[in-house]
Amino acid sequence: MYGNDFPGEDPPGGLLGEVEAAEAALRAAAARDRGAAEPGGDLAAYFAEVVDADQKIEPRDWMPEAYRRTLIRQIAQHAHSEIIGMQPEGNWISRAPSLKRKAILLAKVQDEAGHGLYLYAAAETLGVSRDELVDLLLSGRQKYSSIFNYPTLSWADVGAIGWLVDGAAIVNQVPLCRCSYGPYARAMIRVCKEESFHQRQGYEILHTLAHGTPAQKAMAQDSVDRWWYPSLAMFGPPDGDSTHSAQSMAWKIKRFSNDELRQRFVDMCVGQAEALGLRIPDPELRWNDERQAYDFTEPDYDELMRVIKGNGPCNRQRMEHRRRAHSEGAWVREAAAAYAAKRAVKEKEKVAA
Amino acid sequence: MSVNFALALALGDDALIAAQRLAEWSTRAPEMEEDIALSNIALDQLGAARLLLSYAGELEGAGRDEDALAYLRDDREFRNCLLVELPNGDFAVTMAKLLVLAAYQVPLYTALAGCPDERLAAVGAKARKESAYHLDHAALWVKRLGDGTEESHRRMQAGVDQIWPYADELFAAWPDAPVDPATLRPDFDDTVTAVLAEATLTVPEVGWTPAGGRDGVHTEHLSYLLAEMQVLHRAHPGARW
Repeated sequence: MYGNDFPGEDPPGGLLGEVEAAEAALRAAAARDRGAAEPGGDLAAYFAEVVDADQKIEPRDWMPEAYRRTLIRQIAQHAHSEIIGMQPEGNWISRAPSLKRKAILLAKVQDEAGHGLYLYAAAETLGVSRDELVDLLLSGRQKYSSIFNYPTLSWADVGAIGWLVDGAAIVNQVPLCRCSYGPYARAMIRVCKEESFHQRQGYEILHTLAHGTPAQKAMAQDSVDRWWYPSLAMFGPPDGDSTHSAQSMAWKIKRFSNDELRQRFVDMCVGQAEALGLRIPDPELRWNDERQAYDFTEPDYDELMRVIKGNGPCNRQRMEHRRRAHSEGAWVREAAAAYAAKRAVKEKEKVAA
Repeated sequence: MSVNFALALALGDDALIAAQRLAEWSTRAPEMEEDIALSNIALDQLGAARLLLSYAGELEGAGRDEDALAYLRDDREFRNCLLVELPNGDFAVTMAKLLVLAAYQVPLYTALAGCPDERLAAVGAKARKESAYHLDHAALWVKRLGDGTEESHRRMQAGVDQIWPYADELFAAWPDAPVDPATLRPDFDDTVTAVLAEATLTVPEVGWTPAGGRDGVHTEHLSYLLAEMQVLHRAHPGARW
């Protein structure tokens, strides 16, 4: 969709290769013979065998109820995040500073709606309907990623969201391309490929700003200053406090811990920030030769908890916006259903005549 | 100034302002699928706007590119029809606007595809296919809403009534232009009356026919639309984005 519209530098250390490797592994797993469960056999043992062999669990397979519930929760939250995540960037479509940027941003926000749709479709394979999931979001019983509760105050925030937020999302999601549940793994491969374009366009926006006028450079730095720590918090609480992790790892839904992924993200960003000519707002950031990784300051997890509980800068605004769009569209959806019902009756009469 | 420049500018402005309004639906559409569809249509309009404004800038020969034309003109210098600058209203108003716009753009771009100016012909050839989809999409919704529930019928009729007067301006005679819009009216009337009939809607009586957009005399809405669209670009004169 974007073609080669923005020929700027690619961010170093891209993750597309890993997505492609996951896709190849998925194909190879599908090609390997995966014997069907014996009728009357031990279903739990069969499930464990499939997961252990890095094969995919498919919708028709038996699965533990907790596995199903965990996946529904995780995939739905992911879908909700895509839908709510359209808002902060959508905030700048009308004011995008060039027609080319407007087209790219509009297409990007549209991609996110598309991601939301195929993630809801992946969740539906687990026996829950999209309408139910949307209700859970609108009633506040299911969450979306907390990062979208921060405001986009300048055009540079569109760049920072692409570079940092989409970058963190990709680091989180690339391992999900190898998730044990087939429909989710396949959806993630497609999502990750598009997200890598998004990250690239964000990086390119910041690169242009950082090499522009002093006011543009200041705008870019201010944006990185505000988005850095919330992006680190996207990986969730530190490993010691993470409630769902151990079981998800055993089921191969999750493959790396929150802290491992956070470290990977920091290590990836340092070189990219240098290439951009922007400063990561962390005075403690330095290479640790022993660990072969960067030491860095942890995000404020109390702030993360406050935002998760509903008290971030934009929680109320994001939910109100979504609820309003849903309720103002109700008469349209009802009309479409009524029209379809009338057409069905007419078709039946035609057949009968 | 050449008539080809004037036409490229007028049609480019139509497409740009239509794109700006349609993009306002992003994150607000009645269904997620519709959010995607409206963004698609906005992207098509924006794509046509960029081609037409770039070409207008070249024909003018004053060094203005698509962004200079989009961001650095005031409302009195815009040449779009009034239809596209009207606020979105509810979904029925938006679909009435889209039906009228697409039923005009399909024969317009089709005729343009056969005109002697190669660049305009190329835009017409590309855009007519997109407009055909816009027309299908709008027609489908006008039928669904017109023949859906009582409420949707009432809203759809109100939308058509509100938008209908603005159709006239689209077909004002322009005899020396590569395509004279006056010649497109019969095609437009056939298309729209057939859709409205199937939608169980009434074609409004024609009384008031506002115009002025092609001369740069707009509704009060355009200046607000431009203020928002242009604010960032104008705050940083000469910057690259």
